[in-house]
Amino acid sequence: MLRFLTRRVIGAAVILVIISGVTFFLFFVIPADPARLACGKVCPPETLAQARHNLGLDHPVAVQFVSWLGGIFVGRDYPGLGNCPAPCLGYSFVNRAPVFETIIDRLPVTIALTIGASVIFLTFGVATGIIAALRQGKALDKIASISSLVGASMQIYFVGTLAMYFFVYQAHIFPQPKYIPITEDPVGWFNGLLLPWIVLAIIFTANYTRMTRSTMVENLSEDYVRTARAKGMSGRSVVMRFALRGTLTPIITIFGVDLGQLIGGAIITETTFGLQGIGRLSVRAVDYSDLPTLMATVLVAAGAIVGMNIVVDALYAVIDPRVRLS
Amino acid sequence: MTTPTSTAPEIDATSVTETPEAVGRSPGQLMWLRFRRDRTGVISAVIVILFFLVAILAPVISAVYGKDPYTLYGQDRPGLLNDFGYALAPNGGISSEFWFGIEPNLGRDVFMQLVYGIRTSLLIAVVTAVLTTIIGVVVGIVAGYAGGKTDYFIGRVIDLMLSFPQILFIIAFTPVVDQFLVPSNEETPVWLRAVTLTILLTVFGWAGLARLLRGQVLSMREREFVEAAKVTGASPARIVFKELLPNLWTPILIQSTLLLPALVTAEAALSFLGVGMGEQVPDWGRMFLRATQVYQNDITYLIFPGVALLIFVIAFNLLGDSVRDAFDPKIKR
Repeated sequence: MLRFLTRRVIGAAVILVIISGVTFFLFFVIPADPARLACGKVCPPETLAQARHNLGLDHPVAVQFVSWLGGIFVGRDYPGLGNCPAPCLGYSFVNRAPVFETIIDRLPVTIALTIGASVIFLTFGVATGIIAALRQGKALDKIASISSLVGASMQIYFVGTLAMYFFVYQAHIFPQPKYIPITEDPVGWFNGLLLPWIVLAIIFTANYTRMTRSTMVENLSEDYVRTARAKGMSGRSVVMRFALRGTLTPIITIFGVDLGQLIGGAIITETTFGLQGIGRLSVRAVDYSDLPTLMATVLVAAGAIVGMNIVVDALYAVIDPRVRLS
Repeated sequence: MTTPTSTAPEIDATSVTETPEAVGRSPGQLMWLRFRRDRTGVISAVIVILFFLVAILAPVISAVYGKDPYTLYGQDRPGLLNDFGYALAPNGGISSEFWFGIEPNLGRDVFMQLVYGIRTSLLIAVVTAVLTTIIGVVVGIVAGYAGGKTDYFIGRVIDLMLSFPQILFIIAFTPVVDQFLVPSNEETPVWLRAVTLTILLTVFGWAGLARLLRGQVLSMREREFVEAAKVTGASPARIVFKELLPNLWTPILIQSTLLLPALVTAEAALSFLGVGMGEQVPDWGRMFLRATQVYQNDITYLIFPGVALLIFVIAFNLLGDSVRDAFDPKIKR
């Protein structure tokens, strides 16, 4: 296990460095000049050079990338801004704020959004999947499969906006979605995120229902389930302890992918509901050619995807003893 | 479907000799027979074809309907939009003249926008799907068949591609590709954005299919029929194209059927985030972008593209499922 984890973590680190590198180098192909943006409208050449120097843009791109990378591990010194302790992600080109703090500030929004929605769609998806599998071909099964098909075909920018219109502006059932830290006001935190959670859950539940149902149907006809039944085990324990365990592997696979996507790709959700998480931050960074912030959001998004892959692979071995990590 | 296609008809003919009209049927014919019996599949296929027909016949529809997607009816004619740019008539200005209402502010016809918008979305999606499939198939088969160092290297590249935060990358680097394709800083032509989106969606799209096919080829490489082909001295090209590829058509076809709606929604999502078609080209994604800005005053402008996209995606997903069932009746859903 330890060897497996070390190898995978090193592999993930290599992938993250490559992705950061690609982002960094591509950024300098963009026509926008951050120094000119920082310098303002009337910009004499000396001030422009000074701005360029302050932003660290007066070095070759490769050197800049290496010092950016080094900053994460050992911190770095900025001319005019002083020392930035590790883990240093630099200072925003736009408002001079340390990017690491901005990320720490925004990350809870995205994570709260992801975790809340996951709890709902995992519970509902797996539950409806089990019920559908046990009542194969009955009305309930058909309703579950039709509604999951419709749910999976929905787009967050459509359903989310519709929900905002009807439930927030017309019926006033939900407050305007917003993020209040859970430590300040747990009830407000819950209310502010409930609508986005439900909308995300409607879209994501479908996959889990389908996956749970089909694997469950397969597992129920497995020999070990028949053996358990034959030795007189009650129906409930057969389903819960044997058949369900077998369905966990594919569920965890798609859950890992979804979790990575939700944390890394919250752009659309956050835009739809006007929540200020990592997704909105990354769009703003693109709009303002804010390289340090863009790099940080790319790192968070890619890190979530890569990290989840490792967790999923490690969990396989825990759930299914037949899987050997190599 | 595991046997090479060339021998399949003989097997069919011998195994069903008892029935009076036993005829040799190719796997394609069998698939078609199974598909025709699947009512959901046929209905969704009809809907999908309808969408394509609307896209192809858009100018005809425009002529019959008597309007085009470019004229700013609401601005040209007084009495259609109020001072804030919203339709005066209820429900977004739906009337016998403007079937789906009028676009807020610019005052274009929503029905025409939708009809012509399908063209943009489908064109980008189809071209991307074809490119993605070709690259995915070639890379996947090469990796699986070559094995060894090549396989390892391609595998790592696939891992890398799948780890990219795709949406963020596409919105960040659309300007880069735009600039790369047009050297000067002239105004970006309309077709260019379409080409850019196609390229970026392809770059981030092929890896999934390649990984899937690599796995399939890997498990097939050691099978007897491949070994037999090798023993008879078949060239690698023959083994890949005549022995392996026919067995891969099922996953390829299923994947590309599912790819198309995913690409249409991806394109719409990107437009929604601001990296879509310009104002000159009717496009579903841009309708969403505009609709989410004005939905508090004009919800109908959101509902039409939303429902149209929903029907399209549902029909395509159902079609994908039916194609899978028809190809491989053993798979239970």
